[in-house]
Amino acid sequence: MPPKSCALCNVSRPILKRPKTGQQICKDCFFYVFETEVHNTISEAQLFRPGDRVAIGASGGKDSTVLAYVMKTLNERYNYGLDLYLLSIDEGITGYRDDSLETVKRNQQQYSMPLKILSYEELYGWTMDAIVSEIGKKNNCTFCGVFRRQALDRGAATLAVDHIVTGHNADDIAETVLMNIMRGDIARLGRCTLICTQGEDTIKRSKPFKYAYEKEIVMYAYFKKLDYFSTECIYSPDAYRGHARVFLKDLEAARPSAIIDIIHSGEAFEVREEVKKTQKAQQTCKRCGYMSSNDLCKACTLLEGLERGIADAGISDKGKKKLEASGPAPDSLRKIPYFELPGGPGPAVAIESVQQAPPQD
Amino acid sequence: MTSSSSSTEQLKINVDFGGGLEILFDNKRSHVVSLPLRVAPSSSDTNPTDPISSSTTESATADETRPTDVSALIDHLKDNVLSDRKRAGLFAENGTVRPGVLVLINDSDWELEGEGSYVLKDGDNVSFISTLHGG
Repeated sequence: MPPKSCALCNVSRPILKRPKTGQQICKDCFFYVFETEVHNTISEAQLFRPGDRVAIGASGGKDSTVLAYVMKTLNERYNYGLDLYLLSIDEGITGYRDDSLETVKRNQQQYSMPLKILSYEELYGWTMDAIVSEIGKKNNCTFCGVFRRQALDRGAATLAVDHIVTGHNADDIAETVLMNIMRGDIARLGRCTLICTQGEDTIKRSKPFKYAYEKEIVMYAYFKKLDYFSTECIYSPDAYRGHARVFLKDLEAARPSAIIDIIHSGEAFEVREEVKKTQKAQQTCKRCGYMSSNDLCKACTLLEGLERGIADAGISDKGKKKLEASGPAPDSLRKIPYFELPGGPGPAVAIESVQQAPPQD
Repeated sequence: MTSSSSSTEQLKINVDFGGGLEILFDNKRSHVVSLPLRVAPSSSDTNPTDPISSSTTESATADETRPTDVSALIDHLKDNVLSDRKRAGLFAENGTVRPGVLVLINDSDWELEGEGSYVLKDGDNVSFISTLHGG
């Protein structure tokens, strides 16, 4: 039976048991503590400065929809002085992304924020539908993930923003910690738990929902009746992440603090220098100017493989050898437009970030 | 709860699916289901911690039945309403919802209401929302 009143205001009927604290709280107190905790996360990490132009990576899904709503609310409530934009990537997945983009377009109206949509087709000349028809459903998530990351930076550059925020939540980060451990990618643990990352040649990226539980994000969207899109991608899901996710949800069911505890574990790892050195130093892609740990960035390698009909060139060593054996890239090869930051690398930032930036994730 | 127990009486429960779960239920977000006032104490996959579940099988007698609760609703939805049988595991497993599916009873987190043991009343609203889809 529910207790008579909310643990915070002692007045209203509770509607939610907080996974973080076990507290039973009412709807108004829930909205207030959820928003205030995100505000505290933002201000403790000093993520923004007045006048910053900030793009919200918006997929139309629950996390980014709630993020857009909360960023707008906090910007007004606490006078952050931010110019907010919605930035969406159209991967070109019929029956999935086209529908979710309709949600983002409604969000644009509902939150009165300018929206920029950048498509894989425009940037790479390939939709995901075309990529899947070329390579099948195996490895297509690799293409999509690499292309999306770069597309977000490029979309942000055309908006001339200082900062990209994404809807990654505590559950997502805990999953990534688990995956990195299971893959032996210990060198990435520190970076994957950072609230804000910035390499020399990329736009600052941060995760205001780093400490927000997925359960609370979904409950927030439910009680605020926010308009979001929730359909699984029609192409094969990321199976490995799926296992980490199921495992994490089982842990959470037994002990809800597991999620925050795993994030703290990731943060607390001290990685020996020899291990850190397994991360390659960053350079600039010789073909497209995007940050890369090799001469060619991953997106250029994947695109060259697609264009030359050796799609596994960017996936396996065997594919790479096949590409090398077939000679140098022809001059007529389709290339990704050269990447330039709007105002050059930003000024030094007052956060736990500036360090050599390893690649994705 | 009130226990007027004419065996022909039925509970009408309003069920909503969200967060992508509706795809498993004929792509319909709202359903109205009718359930008897009492149900057999166990189904094949009742919570194994339930002490009486292991011994009983079908044909429960009147005093072996239990008032219809949310666990019974979940069993009913899984056995009779779910349309995508191949992916039933995305909704329920081991006699309860799959971890990551949120449940609200009359707009309140079911963790405040006794979860599966909440005894349903006629006209109750129960929502199931998946958190498992991308954001």
